[in-house]
Amino acid sequence: MFKWLHPYAKPEKAYELSLSFYKWLMPLSLIGIFVGCLWGLMFAPTDYQQGDSFRIIYIHVPSAIWSMGIYMSMGIAGFCALVWQIRLMEISVLAMAPIGAIFTALALITGSLWGKPMWGTWWVWDARLTSELILLFLYLGVFALFHSFDDQRTGAKAACILAVIGMINVPIIHYSVEWWNTLHQGASITKFDKPSIAGPMLWPLLINIFSVLLFFIALTGYRFATELLRAESHRKWVINLIK
Amino acid sequence: MNPRRQRRLFTALILIVGLSLTAGLVLYALKDNIDLFYTPSEIINGKNETGIKPSVGQRLRIGGMVVDDSVKRATDSLDVEFRIVDTGPEVTIKYTGILPDLFREGQGIVANGYLRENNVIEAFEVLAKHDEEYMPPEVAEAMKGIKHVRPEYTESQLNQGQ
Repeated sequence: MFKWLHPYAKPEKAYELSLSFYKWLMPLSLIGIFVGCLWGLMFAPTDYQQGDSFRIIYIHVPSAIWSMGIYMSMGIAGFCALVWQIRLMEISVLAMAPIGAIFTALALITGSLWGKPMWGTWWVWDARLTSELILLFLYLGVFALFHSFDDQRTGAKAACILAVIGMINVPIIHYSVEWWNTLHQGASITKFDKPSIAGPMLWPLLINIFSVLLFFIALTGYRFATELLRAESHRKWVINLIK
Repeated sequence: MNPRRQRRLFTALILIVGLSLTAGLVLYALKDNIDLFYTPSEIINGKNETGIKPSVGQRLRIGGMVVDDSVKRATDSLDVEFRIVDTGPEVTIKYTGILPDLFREGQGIVANGYLRENNVIEAFEVLAKHDEEYMPPEVAEAMKGIKHVRPEYTESQLNQGQ
């Protein structure tokens, strides 16, 4: 079933593929984010209750959604790395961790900036905010574990185990607003019935969510390629490449 | 799949299932404590499953909708009194200070304060809870008949708040 994937287990092939992800998706995602932000910040109508403050949604929601999405893909990569002992998967976990941490931090910061004028407080220890903060610590923990052993493979293994275990937190974040009373509002666009956000406001948001996904893939491609070069720096193909 | 991989896959799956179960049970056990706030009916009748009622003098958070026409503002100070409700009985909240922008009748709020009588809370913090609806003002006016008007404060009231 996965025969077509096998060539990419070779580091040279994986390196080329990830760089081509970066090369194609980076400009595309930047254009998308530019269009989405311009549309959202300049042309989308203001909200009936929040006025212009609601526009932080165009940064907050994409980064919050993908802070969870990246964790899932990191956890799955970690799982594959552990079970099949694929070295490249370990490197991909290492590549994703700091990117996810930044997305999470961005979601927390923008949310807090919005919370002050809307809720009346920067921070409240409700289930959604707390579980998202735990997600940030999980990302930092995965990244720290990678570098906290003298032997790289041992560190990678420990980091992968944490990445896999941490996946439990992702559904908790998503359903926190349904399971418990929280100050944070429920989901607006990931509901199965009609999204509770008006069309002219929704379109730029969807563009941004999609573009941020491409942006993440591009960044991961770049980080993966550089980490791969570093890990294989003594190998012949790297020496040939650099020459 | 060779036996070593199979064993690793098995171990990893056991690990995930076991930890999910543990996390699930812990969260289930802490269910009432993770809730950010009591609802008005929980304050009067007790929590749904346990029936535990908050005691007078206890510090707590309460969340609910502001009842229409229940907001009474003092003319010479920032004292404000209103009632909130969910599906059952109403609870009165007393507060001194400037309310958040989103506060208005029919809006969800969360108040942090002390229970003074079994249905009166003296709040020291009122937070507005935003719902998940986003729409332009014209649509809101057409659909819900809502027009957002900020509360008017006089000069002396605002000076007092600082």
